[in-house]
Amino acid sequence: MKFNLLAATGFALLSLCVPARLSAQLAGEPYIHDPSTVIQSDGKYYTFGTGGGGLISDDGYTWHTGAVRPGGGVAPDVIKIGDRYYVAYAVGGGGMSGGHASNVKIMWTKTLDPKSPDFGFHDIGIVASSDGVEDCDAIDPAFLLANGHLWLSYGTYFGFIRIVELDPKTGKRIAGNKAVNVAIDMEATDLMYRDGWYYLLGTHGTCCDGANSSYNIRVGRSKSPTGPYVDNMGIPLLKGGGKLVVAGHGRVFGPGHFGLLDLGDGVQKFSMHYEADMDRSGRSVLDIRPLLWKDGWPVGGDNFQPGTYEIESERSGFALELAVDFVRLDSGRRRFGGFGPPTGPVTPLPDQTLAQDSAVWPAGNIAVDLLDYMIRPHQKWTIAAVPDAGGYPGSPYFKITIAGTDRALAATAEGEVITVPAFTGGPEQLWRIDQLTDGTYRIMPKSMPNSKDPVALTAVGASTPTLAKFDPKGDKARWNFRKP
Amino acid sequence: MALRTNCKSRRRHTMKTFRKFVMMGIGVPAVLAVAAVSVAQAPPPTAPPPAAAAPGDAWPPAGGPNHLPPKQDGPRTIAPYFTPVTSRPKAPDADGFLERWLLLEPIGKPNRSNTVFTGSYVRSAFNTEYFPNQFTVVPHNGDKVTVAGQELAWHALDSANFDVKLFRFAYGLNKPTYGVIFWAVTVVDSPREMKNVRLAVGSNSASMWWLNGNEAVALFDDRRMVMDDAVSKRLTLNKGRNVLRGAVINGPGLSDFCVRFVDENGDPIKGITTSLE
Repeated sequence: MKFNLLAATGFALLSLCVPARLSAQLAGEPYIHDPSTVIQSDGKYYTFGTGGGGLISDDGYTWHTGAVRPGGGVAPDVIKIGDRYYVAYAVGGGGMSGGHASNVKIMWTKTLDPKSPDFGFHDIGIVASSDGVEDCDAIDPAFLLANGHLWLSYGTYFGFIRIVELDPKTGKRIAGNKAVNVAIDMEATDLMYRDGWYYLLGTHGTCCDGANSSYNIRVGRSKSPTGPYVDNMGIPLLKGGGKLVVAGHGRVFGPGHFGLLDLGDGVQKFSMHYEADMDRSGRSVLDIRPLLWKDGWPVGGDNFQPGTYEIESERSGFALELAVDFVRLDSGRRRFGGFGPPTGPVTPLPDQTLAQDSAVWPAGNIAVDLLDYMIRPHQKWTIAAVPDAGGYPGSPYFKITIAGTDRALAATAEGEVITVPAFTGGPEQLWRIDQLTDGTYRIMPKSMPNSKDPVALTAVGASTPTLAKFDPKGDKARWNFRKP
Repeated sequence: MALRTNCKSRRRHTMKTFRKFVMMGIGVPAVLAVAAVSVAQAPPPTAPPPAAAAPGDAWPPAGGPNHLPPKQDGPRTIAPYFTPVTSRPKAPDADGFLERWLLLEPIGKPNRSNTVFTGSYVRSAFNTEYFPNQFTVVPHNGDKVTVAGQELAWHALDSANFDVKLFRFAYGLNKPTYGVIFWAVTVVDSPREMKNVRLAVGSNSASMWWLNGNEAVALFDDRRMVMDDAVSKRLTLNKGRNVLRGAVINGPGLSDFCVRFVDENGDPIKGITTSLE
């Protein structure tokens, strides 16, 4: 008994020391295969998967089962047009039981909330098909509404990816429309439109083989929705081309089934599943990550990595810092002169320590400003995910503290930023970090005291940070995180 | 759930894997067979290039929008993907892809998955002697070989596309489409010696290629066909006749290959033709 009590105590103490596993990957039970585009309905986020059903989230970070999608089949997609949610899915094909005969079907509902009295799917019917012999297997449909036209791509590795046109008012296939071949070597396609270009994304590689899956997402583009699509080397997607958007890394294998989640204001994310999340028993899980754009091509961004950083203003290049007296650091040189090699051996000099820097800091709240980055402790911030504090699409909230201390960045009721001596977990001390399409970041408090207006960290002056409504134009509300 | 039986991966395979191929000594005749395309009762049509043109009928199909179109039935044919060759030499297409080939009906090599096609496996599979003079023969249309008790014919064909759709070749002849090895031979005529050319290949799935008896390119692991996927070291095309031979292996998949010669800039070389002499 004594031994068991000691052992139990030991384990209890150990569990207090080891932090709960927390990363920017989604929380809850995000288990799904072939997720549809993530979409909002009645204040919640939804995604549907192969087989039926799907996931629901209140905030886009913590996901649970509960979405309802009848019809079975594979790899659905969803789009909202007017007051209807159209859902497309495929039945019959995919090579299961050796068959490539397949139908793409569409249905609609007024809400995706299965508890709502308005919930209920109405069948449109078949909008595309394959007969099992022709050079196509009609599965994995995906919608694009652009320039007043509604397009649907579909297909898999058996033969071609095809595009057809639907009527955006009804969801039905336009009479007389002929399918057009647009790509090979892919499945799980998705379509985007941006700045005059149509983008066809598709998943290449091997699916469904756990940590041996080479599933990866590639893209080509065209000025016309029906192609020809080419990649960054000019290789046609009809000849196997495709520029890489995202592949497996770290602990996750085989990203596939791209879906765009456009949150406005220059914040775009994309959803996908991983064939194997090695931290979750190798299961297939949903993820949501930033989408970047470089030279007219989409690039898969990474979830924000917790760590210690300089927070640099894209406006001025100045670093966010405590507004405290500057403490000089002896670097062994006279003010003028002393150039050339050192007298004596070359030796490294220590950084300024937290103790040296903080000796002049006042107690209590300390203001912040922006100034030249001088590699000082009062300019280095540790950013850590906060467990059980909720999140936003793709990510938990973070606390931002001066490295080596508990002094936390906080929003004030006056719409300014300040630091408080200790992190208490209040919503004004929780920060949302979204990567923008150009690679910089938007930083927003979960909420400002006594206000419902969303605000973002903004360099209203070259040296002056504040909180203001996010302005996607210009650089004053854009930030970079640099290694200290 | 998306398609699984044709899942392929695409891994880069550079000339670092170029190795002396010990099969040099194995001479195996590759016999040219006249296309026993007697399966197709109708005269072969002049196949239009499918490419990006609308492939199907206008919507809705017969029977209405909520019914599957009737499955194609009737005798199988390799048209419109292939036509029998004429006696005139054939130039590569505008992008340099070689479209005239002698293709051997598929040899059975059962595999339920494409994950086995490591370099070791593929080399061993192609090292095996399936028929005499396998690495030296330039067969004729209609020539036959016997492999594991099965008589297989060589077909002299022109592909209607930049790629040679081996799946459609096998399917159209009522041969096995999955778990197979295909052998292909062509003769490239060059007006002059050309140095520093590269053989650029894409294949589904793994494949190996030999120019004038020397290993030129190998594509291992589970692959799909991507143009210019694997490219040889710098090679020399002889003035006159050059024999290009390939072997493609696949499990469940859409067997296929595309082959062209490119110059230092990656552009197709000009002036060559293919015949089957």
